[in-house]
Amino acid sequence: MIALIPLLPLIGFLVLASLGRRLSKAASIAVACGTVIVSFLLSVVSVWNLVGLAADQRAIVVPIFDWIASGDLSVPLSFRLDPLSALMILVVTGIGSLIHIYSTAYMHEETDAEFARYFSYLNLFAAFMLVLVLGANFLVMFVGWEGVGLCSYLLIGFWYQKKSASDAGKKAFIVNRIGDFGFILGVLLVFVRFGSLDFYDVARNISGLAPEVGFGTISAITLLLFVGATGKSAQIPLYVWLPDAMEGPTPVSALIHAATMVTAGVYMIGRNAVLFGHAPATLAIVAVVGTATALMAGTIGLVQNDIKRVLAYSTVSQLGYMFLAMGVGAYAAGIFHLYTHAFFKALLFLGSGAVIHALAGEQDMRRMGGLKHDLPVTYWTFLIGSLAIAGVPGLAGFFSKDEILFHTFASGHVLLWVVGLLTSLLTAIYMFRLVFMTFHGERAPAAPSPEHHEEEEPAAQAHGAAHPAPGHSGPGHPAHSHLHDAPKPMALALVVLALGSVLAGYIGPPISHRLDTFLEPSFTAGASAAHEEPEGEGGLEVTLMAVSTGVAFAGIGIAVFFYLKNRRAADQVAARFAGLHRLLLNKYYVDEIYDAAVVQPIRIVSQEGLWKGVDAGFIDRSVNGVGDLVGIFSRAMRRMQTGSVRAYAASLFVGVVLILGYYLWR
Amino acid sequence: MVGLTHYLVLSAILFAIGTAGVFVRKNLITILLSIEIMLNAVNLSFVAFGRALGTADGQIIVFFVMTVAAAEAAVGLAIVIGLFRHRESLNPDTFTALKW
Repeated sequence: MIALIPLLPLIGFLVLASLGRRLSKAASIAVACGTVIVSFLLSVVSVWNLVGLAADQRAIVVPIFDWIASGDLSVPLSFRLDPLSALMILVVTGIGSLIHIYSTAYMHEETDAEFARYFSYLNLFAAFMLVLVLGANFLVMFVGWEGVGLCSYLLIGFWYQKKSASDAGKKAFIVNRIGDFGFILGVLLVFVRFGSLDFYDVARNISGLAPEVGFGTISAITLLLFVGATGKSAQIPLYVWLPDAMEGPTPVSALIHAATMVTAGVYMIGRNAVLFGHAPATLAIVAVVGTATALMAGTIGLVQNDIKRVLAYSTVSQLGYMFLAMGVGAYAAGIFHLYTHAFFKALLFLGSGAVIHALAGEQDMRRMGGLKHDLPVTYWTFLIGSLAIAGVPGLAGFFSKDEILFHTFASGHVLLWVVGLLTSLLTAIYMFRLVFMTFHGERAPAAPSPEHHEEEEPAAQAHGAAHPAPGHSGPGHPAHSHLHDAPKPMALALVVLALGSVLAGYIGPPISHRLDTFLEPSFTAGASAAHEEPEGEGGLEVTLMAVSTGVAFAGIGIAVFFYLKNRRAADQVAARFAGLHRLLLNKYYVDEIYDAAVVQPIRIVSQEGLWKGVDAGFIDRSVNGVGDLVGIFSRAMRRMQTGSVRAYAASLFVGVVLILGYYLWR
Repeated sequence: MVGLTHYLVLSAILFAIGTAGVFVRKNLITILLSIEIMLNAVNLSFVAFGRALGTADGQIIVFFVMTVAAAEAAVGLAIVIGLFRHRESLNPDTFTALKW
């Protein structure tokens, strides 16, 4: 049954990929949603059975077949369902199902063939993601790891006729490639060091050892694996692809680039918790990189104007939190945040998708505003998601984020805690800036550029001379009537996710310790506990909770002041710190720096060195040189061909005489 | 008494005359005649050897050579006529178009 969970979406993919052109939309929906929902139900049943087992029995291995057997290397294709993968398959299939349902409405304007193509990619993604989380060893995980990268590429570039979309797809793929290179090196090193690729074997192998002092093999392994994680999970230095990935359809951003795929790196570290636990050097790097990413992405998110980009930087920032948790050894807290984040970030993306859908493709928040009354369902669900991510008590994000900050503080990383708290403040500010700019205030005046006709304000019609006719604004978009709220399938997904964003936190600390005790066996991998949970006294936890609650409300208050009450003050602050503002607006110029430091040198070396130097200068020239040499020789030799018969006869005669002479006088 | 050596010397002289004719003369027909002289010089040596060795082999080869020479003369003269029609000349140095 466990093997069916990833197999069903794969079958869905095969059906849609082979027959998709001939299927109607309804048939595509039936295949795509049907397989994923059945897969979700199977996951629920499997997890239910797993929970029914004794705590130390909770690891069901499903061998499918021997995949690679060569010398010492033996890699079976096998799945393992244990508490960690149980949580992950519920998130992947659950959120995946909701997003499939949402997409049926969101993508409805595509042609039938494109519609089927979209859902075939989505199903393929679900299949690979399930392989990734269910894989019992590094190589099976790597198959899923690469597969989701491929699907990410395909879906970012789904609207491939658009140059920016296909570029963004390539960027995501290439940047991930760099990380994956580190990952596969790490896997090879694991095999060299432990002789096995099975997660549990490796963990058992290592659990007897003392944590590594200094920087040795295990630190190298974990650091290489972490390089893979920075690629897939968008951490410094490889985070640059994620904001660009917003070129893809919004449900894709929600599923792949917020809820599931980008958390693969966090999951991978949780999966190898014992291994990472033995490499304090790497853990310190993980924590610092995570915190730095969280802060950096949070500051960028503060000034971006594209609604999806704000959410993208928010995702990067929240992923940074998860890595911070992993880095301080609070694996359960990190996975807890992964799980709550999946709900509210998917909700936020789907909400932004509903806004974009209502505005016929508008993504710039400066041209939004006042949508509260037109899109009530979207507004209220979006508000819940924003409250959850900002860390307002009682909602999912509060519990998990607070848990991370608590563990960070309790494990003695006070500086990281301060930065984490600062990021939490930034999170509240940029999320409510987004809410206020999008849903509150006045509808922005008409767009200056002729591509944006969706604003049909009276003001727009006043200077409507530029518009040939009101009907010009696209098929059936008369004033405001296009501003419909989310259609039923979209509203369903939004409401379910909003409920999840409220309730998801109640299975974890500090409400109950069911989640961490449930997950604990996965982090020790059947071995004895390798690390001690920092058990702070309740008083400290309550104090810290009060502090982060205060910070969350302070952030919301700042956003209220600047973006609801006094929008002009925000512009004044931006003008006061114009340099800083420009720096943030341009994302610290990281893309430009990478372009100058990596892309251009490679291009120059390729063009001037490899192409003009080696290829044209050496290879082409030696080939042409041989040809030229033959040509020169022939040009000399052909002078013998005089055309004079008597000359030929003479040479014949001389030749005969010479040969005869040789035989006579030798 | 006339012996083998005399025949061979005569044959060599005839062959040299023919060769010189091929190189020196500027008339295609004369060149063909010179080639005939060369062939007959060889025929003479064949006959002389046949006689000296007391076998008929030399005579038989000479018959073959004469047959082939007749055919060759027919073809050669036909080509010469064709060339003459083309260039109004019998000088081989005017027919040097087939070159680099």
